[in-house]
Amino acid sequence: MEIWELGAKNIREQVLRKEISAQEVLDSFLARTAEVEPKIHAYIELIEPQARLDAARVDALIMRGEDPGPLAGLPVALKDNLNLKGVQCTCASRILEGYISPYDATAVKKLRKAGAVFTGKTNCDEFAMGSSTENSAFGVTRNPWDLQRVPGGSSGGSAAAVAAGMAPLSLGSDTGGSIRQPASFTGVCGLKPTYGRVSRYGLVAFGSSLDQIGPFGNSVWDCALALEAIAGEDPRDGTTSKRPVPRYTEGLKRPVKGLVAGVPREMMELVTDPGVRREFERALKIISDLGVTVVETSLPTTEYCLDVYYIIAPSEASSNLARFDGVRYGRRAKARDLDEMYYETRGQGFGIEVQRRIMLGTFALSAGYYDAYYLRAARIRTLVRRDFDKAFAAHDVLLSPTAPMVAFKIGERVDDPLAMYAADVLTVPVNLAGIPALSVPCGFSRPDESGPELPCGLQIMGKPYDEETVLALGYAFEEACSDWFVPKTAAMRKSLSSQEECEVVVRDTI
Amino acid sequence: MSETQYELNVGLEVHVELATASKMFCRCKTKFGDPPNTNVCPVCMGLPGALPVANEEAVRLGVMAALALNCRVNLSSRFDRKNYFYPDLPKAYQISQFEEPLAVSGYVELASGKRIRIRRLHLEEDAGKSMHAGDDITTASYSLLDYNRSGVPLAEIVSEPDISSPEEAREYLEKMQRTLRFAGVSDVKMEEGSMRVDCNVSVRRKGEAQMGVPVELKNLSSFRAVTRALAYEYDRQSRLIEQGKRIARETRHWDEDKGVTVSLRAKESSQDYRYFPDPDLPRLELDEAFIESVQRAMPRLPNQVVDFYVNVLGLPKYDAEVLTVDPNLVKFFDRCVELGGEPKPVSNWLMGDIMAYMNAKGLSYDTIPVTPENLVAMLGLIKDGVISGKIAKDVLIKMFETGKAPGDIVKEEGLEQVSDDASLSVIVDSVIAANPEVVAQFKAGKDKVLGFLVGQVMKASKGRANPAKVNIMLREKILS
Repeated sequence: MEIWELGAKNIREQVLRKEISAQEVLDSFLARTAEVEPKIHAYIELIEPQARLDAARVDALIMRGEDPGPLAGLPVALKDNLNLKGVQCTCASRILEGYISPYDATAVKKLRKAGAVFTGKTNCDEFAMGSSTENSAFGVTRNPWDLQRVPGGSSGGSAAAVAAGMAPLSLGSDTGGSIRQPASFTGVCGLKPTYGRVSRYGLVAFGSSLDQIGPFGNSVWDCALALEAIAGEDPRDGTTSKRPVPRYTEGLKRPVKGLVAGVPREMMELVTDPGVRREFERALKIISDLGVTVVETSLPTTEYCLDVYYIIAPSEASSNLARFDGVRYGRRAKARDLDEMYYETRGQGFGIEVQRRIMLGTFALSAGYYDAYYLRAARIRTLVRRDFDKAFAAHDVLLSPTAPMVAFKIGERVDDPLAMYAADVLTVPVNLAGIPALSVPCGFSRPDESGPELPCGLQIMGKPYDEETVLALGYAFEEACSDWFVPKTAAMRKSLSSQEECEVVVRDTI
Repeated sequence: MSETQYELNVGLEVHVELATASKMFCRCKTKFGDPPNTNVCPVCMGLPGALPVANEEAVRLGVMAALALNCRVNLSSRFDRKNYFYPDLPKAYQISQFEEPLAVSGYVELASGKRIRIRRLHLEEDAGKSMHAGDDITTASYSLLDYNRSGVPLAEIVSEPDISSPEEAREYLEKMQRTLRFAGVSDVKMEEGSMRVDCNVSVRRKGEAQMGVPVELKNLSSFRAVTRALAYEYDRQSRLIEQGKRIARETRHWDEDKGVTVSLRAKESSQDYRYFPDPDLPRLELDEAFIESVQRAMPRLPNQVVDFYVNVLGLPKYDAEVLTVDPNLVKFFDRCVELGGEPKPVSNWLMGDIMAYMNAKGLSYDTIPVTPENLVAMLGLIKDGVISGKIAKDVLIKMFETGKAPGDIVKEEGLEQVSDDASLSVIVDSVIAANPEVVAQFKAGKDKVLGFLVGQVMKASKGRANPAKVNIMLREKILS
């Protein structure tokens, strides 16, 4: 078995036992990347020289007998909306092409301190706006399970990198499902922590009241390890919580027997793929066999969530993205005067979906429309929160499929924004409520009779700051299905090696 | 046209920079005058991914300012985003407080007893500075930007339109400036931009219920500019009403050189700032205990000091008002009194020779060129008859220049007053001998000429003779 196939937990243990070096680990992942990246296009930029330096530094610490940190040389891929000092931070947008970040995001800084080795910046939808990673100025990322399909989005590159074995861990950001939905589409674990659990400092803002950084990993354990490293109060982010950070990896084996799990019926009504429904129901059976009481419950405001989200997120985005004006950094268009410079810079620099959301948000915040749109959406958001509070008074966790469908074909939904937005319908409520949720692989569906099987995800939603219960249930569930899921992933990875290289497709609306 | 038919209504928006060491939402220095773009970071440059965190000291100073201006502090307030594009605004939005300001309902009381109500006081961040190679950004061939000021904390203080004359506006501003300076919340210097004033002016016929059309005035860089611009606008607007013309709702620019206001832009097409709550900042929650602690730490404010000086120290109101122009002056005066200086003489010397010297040298109140100890010592020398008041003026100048104690100066220069009879007698005798005609006149009953003789004695003693003694001795010697 190659090192890259071992999984984060085994790799770090072997590094800590000095059986392998961090540099050997990196070499293995870089070799794997060289092999499969031309097919997947998960990265916007690989930073091999820096990665080698980082790995050497970790090895030096271990040689000197010092603690290299809990990640001990594990390679980590970063979504390209996270600031890494000295490296380009494009957010998959032309407007930031060539922009070199002068500082580290807090999560990045913490990972570095924990011994991580950064491999590069991964592809995503422009400014995290999208559900397929097709809205990238630098081309589409492909799903390792079927190269004709999308990896989900917006953190599609981070998800695909882990799924294809190019990195054992990666970070993404989740504003309306951008970690969980691609995790579901690519058959990996993805966690969106509670709003306020992980500092947003250095994450290029999309919807500031919704954004949260979170990890992708091959297992729940891997996600717990990464969360442990990045969580905690940050004096640079006033929305972070002072609560102490639990040792998530140590809490994974806490008993799940006796937990009560609710399945919101309004969410089930939104599941369009019968295969997804079938696999989810099978997952419920497994969970119930673990001693968890599974009952039906209700979240009456579910039907409004997508609408509310598409008012609040674009409103915040319209303001957050106003700073990309060509004055201080990034692209600046040639123009005769200041106003023309603004119009041309932003008109040329932003893709069509970003422009659509900026216009939507600007409209929703405008005098005369503010009350009817932004304010009303904010009020309904309060009702959504109350719905969840009520549900959590009676249940320890809530369960749903992560997405109503499996990975769709590249190009299938790009021209129909509403069809694209529907991919987030089960994940968006979680962001509105600010609660934690994990997507863990729960089965396979075959939408095309002739096509390959595609993974689907189980979404485990928890009470605010109760990542421990969410992770514990995810861990127990994963243990119960590892015997059939892990071999399928291994087979997918093997078959990936024999696939043809794929051209980089850049959409003309970008 | 009889101008007295018209009534002026002015509301002022005052921005003051809060005297914090670091900026409103990051840790950069707030220092004025550093090389461009040296006090900047990802937060105040609006780099992608940076987040603001409210500066607690700025909040404390904001509360202090609010309490000093008799405002009610809201225990819960909120930061909003004011969205607009301009190159000196790095995030393309300014973090301000719109819906729920830090404080409301204050006032400044004028000498007449009239209160100018303050509608609100809120916290916000400053923008950077643009320098155009040309008149303005629309015609300049290029513009330079300095973001050192970007993110400097500001308190915006908005008055009701209660001000009804340019003089009231000036008094309101002076009182506010003094109060905020005493409270220690700001430098409040118009010339450095740490205090900035915008006016909303309207004029209506007396007795009319409806307010006139408000006109906003910009570029008022001194109190004098405010009063001149208001006087100009009052004149302009009443003339327009008189002629039956419509007053445009607009923003006008004060041209200091020409002494006129010129239209800058119409307000009809007023900008939509799309305010909304800033999701990056939690609500600003304060508790009673915090407000009380700020109140307890409040330095004495000018009106309290004036009361004390008049009612306890017995100073004339005029002296009290002049001394409270600056907290450093008050501190100096108080120290003198503490050291045993008599209030009125201390006040006289401060308001007279010391201020005259400082004005001539362009010194500010934080660099008074003499110590309270030395000033009080000098007053002691006068009181004890060691030097005359006239000599003291010279001694004081020497004190300014050398920093030496007055006793030392007097000794070194031999300036002690000559009071001993033997020494005086010699001089007096010689003056009598040298002026027989004048002495004769005096003997003949012409009392006035004694002054001339006293003067001669003073001259001969180089001013050191004790004039009272000289007076008596002359009378005795001539008439005996």
